[in-house]
Amino acid sequence: MANYKMHLLVCGGTGCRASASDSILESLKQKLEENNLQDDVQVIFTGCFGFCEKGPIVKVLPDNTFYTQVKPEDSEDIVQEHLIKGRQVEKLLYQDPETGDTIHDSKKMDFYKKQIRIALRNCGFIDPENIDEYIARDGYFALGSVLNDMSREEVISEMKESGLRGRGGGGFPAGVKWDFAYKNESEQKYVVCNADEGDPGAFMDRSILEGDPHSVLEAMAICGYAIGADKGLIYIRAEYPLAIRRLKVAIDQAREYGMLGEGIFDTDFNFDVQLRYGAGAFVCGEETALIHSMEGDRGEPTFKPPFPAESGYLGKPTNVNNVETYANIPVIINKGAGWFKKIGTEKSTGTKVFALAGKVNNVGLIEVPMGTTLREVVFEIGGGIKEGKKFKAVQTGGPSGGCLTEDHLDTPIDFDNLIAVGSMMGSGGMIVMDEDDCMVSIAKFFLEFTVEESCGKCSPCRIGTKRLHELLDRITQGKAEKKDLQRLKNMCHVIADTSLCGLGQTAPSPVLSTLQNFWDEYVAHVEDQRCPAGACKDLMRYEIIPENCVGCTACARKCPVGAITGERKQVHYIDQDKCIKCGACLEACKFDAVIIK
Amino acid sequence: MSSNTYINQTFNLNILITMAKIKSLEDLKKKKEHLQQKVDLRERADHPENYVQIKVGMATSGIASGAKEVMDYLVDELEKRNVEAVVTQAGDMGYSYAEPTIEVTKPGEEPVVFGYVDTKKADAIIEKYIKRGELVDGVLPQNYRTIDEE
Repeated sequence: MANYKMHLLVCGGTGCRASASDSILESLKQKLEENNLQDDVQVIFTGCFGFCEKGPIVKVLPDNTFYTQVKPEDSEDIVQEHLIKGRQVEKLLYQDPETGDTIHDSKKMDFYKKQIRIALRNCGFIDPENIDEYIARDGYFALGSVLNDMSREEVISEMKESGLRGRGGGGFPAGVKWDFAYKNESEQKYVVCNADEGDPGAFMDRSILEGDPHSVLEAMAICGYAIGADKGLIYIRAEYPLAIRRLKVAIDQAREYGMLGEGIFDTDFNFDVQLRYGAGAFVCGEETALIHSMEGDRGEPTFKPPFPAESGYLGKPTNVNNVETYANIPVIINKGAGWFKKIGTEKSTGTKVFALAGKVNNVGLIEVPMGTTLREVVFEIGGGIKEGKKFKAVQTGGPSGGCLTEDHLDTPIDFDNLIAVGSMMGSGGMIVMDEDDCMVSIAKFFLEFTVEESCGKCSPCRIGTKRLHELLDRITQGKAEKKDLQRLKNMCHVIADTSLCGLGQTAPSPVLSTLQNFWDEYVAHVEDQRCPAGACKDLMRYEIIPENCVGCTACARKCPVGAITGERKQVHYIDQDKCIKCGACLEACKFDAVIIK
Repeated sequence: MSSNTYINQTFNLNILITMAKIKSLEDLKKKKEHLQQKVDLRERADHPENYVQIKVGMATSGIASGAKEVMDYLVDELEKRNVEAVVTQAGDMGYSYAEPTIEVTKPGEEPVVFGYVDTKKADAIIEKYIKRGELVDGVLPQNYRTIDEE
């Protein structure tokens, strides 16, 4: 029986497989057998290391040696030198690009520094339904030390010092917000957690509540102490049943331990948390609309000022922060603002969680320091584009954000840089698009969302987004004219300038940013009635290239609507009026004679 | 702190008075130390050297991909096969592309995360990795730092 002493981990991620990591695996196995080591050393495939740029990767355990850009012929050296003689193969080791040092232990490589988990520190690590596991990971220590050793003013100045900005989208400094609520005198104040996560594709708030609910409860209590509130409310959408269940369990356990309730840590501080359910309207993520919804009114925004810090829930000073923002706070208190500030960029401190989705190999939740570039996120952590296709754009900020292109790949991601290039952080959805995605259709998709989610209170948003959507629809059908593009632009600016709340003000962003970055694509739709990505069905044409057609009749037999005519051994022809663009002919043709135009 | 002492009547402060109440930071520290020992499993096991700890990623995306079946399977099978192990649920590990994901920590060893775990894979993990120390295809390399390392 095999009793393995060492393991060779060969990266089986899509990027490394594309550069022949499977033949590396085979040749390693072969070399091991030649040297009779197959019972001592095991070779296996792993998931993506997130270091695709230097792939294929082979890692040796237990000594953590990390070989990069390995070729099948290198397996001889790995086996002979490393496994038999115990010497690392120098030429395959990774060199730090900045210092030029050869790295012998992979734990010292900076690709481990690409991600650091602060908000997600306990997600996937502790049992979310067991408060003991949270306490074992320093849970409620921040609350304890705040109540025992810090004045309210000190907490607020620590928050300001940390530079933490709201993770829900706007990026407003959390400490400043707390200070407003603190300064507004009132007998009753409220702490609200915005768990109305609505951006398509974003699910970090849900994951935090499902994986680490106590971190949010603890932070809300800290906020309550700082601003002078004894009541907390979590506004969560009803379609997050698991998050709701775990929050309820967490609240009960925290009460049982005296972490919520009266006289917390034997001080005169009282704090308790209740849940409020939302029905899943996107606009209720806007803080004034959220508060109205909690009060039992329609979820519609109102003009600011007054800000919630002045007059919020039931007219009392209210501090509203998002789930991810709260999840950072216990760490800031425990480790200090100075520690937190060192991570990220000067004006955007700390990390941001992104939900990486779309045409990227490793979709998932990632947490990177602010200032990480898009290239690192997409090509290293994300493992590159699916099926080796060409990168086209990344959509950030959901329906309020814009598309970033290849030119922005090296822009450090932070609040201000994203706004400068016409997008925004939003809550952290990141949708990657490849060459097959039509940017006009993408803009239309997001507009469809805003049209549905507009609350209807103000006309620029209610009517404007509808008209925008209609125009985009006409463009994708090839029915628009060049001057419509100017109209589109004007309409965008009017909607952005005159809408009441953030939803309307940012609704045109997907259109404006694609107009700016993919102008040619819009022009192709209106002038040539052509969709360069080949995604707009109405503009697609299947055609037969006469030179390639051998008259085999395969396509004509497959066509479900009889649109293809032609005699045996004669060139065939597609009747565009009958064609329904199903693509059956393209699949049927073995001679590459059918093309999409 | 005057504003904190008000108790609004409409708010039901449902406090359960139990023995477990933590009164001070000192209490909390003691509790933590006690819990860490428990997390280390020293107290629970007769033969701690044989104890295996398994965490199953049970967030919405994990459950949707079948994490619950995997968790049930692991609990049942480990029992049947006389492997001393503790299986617990955890939140989202972030590897959405490889759900369901589980983390296995053998005593005295580094944790290993496995992706794409179905019952068949779970069976291989028990037989190969847990019993014999062989790895199984689909190990997910950890590619992030934790705050403890800072």
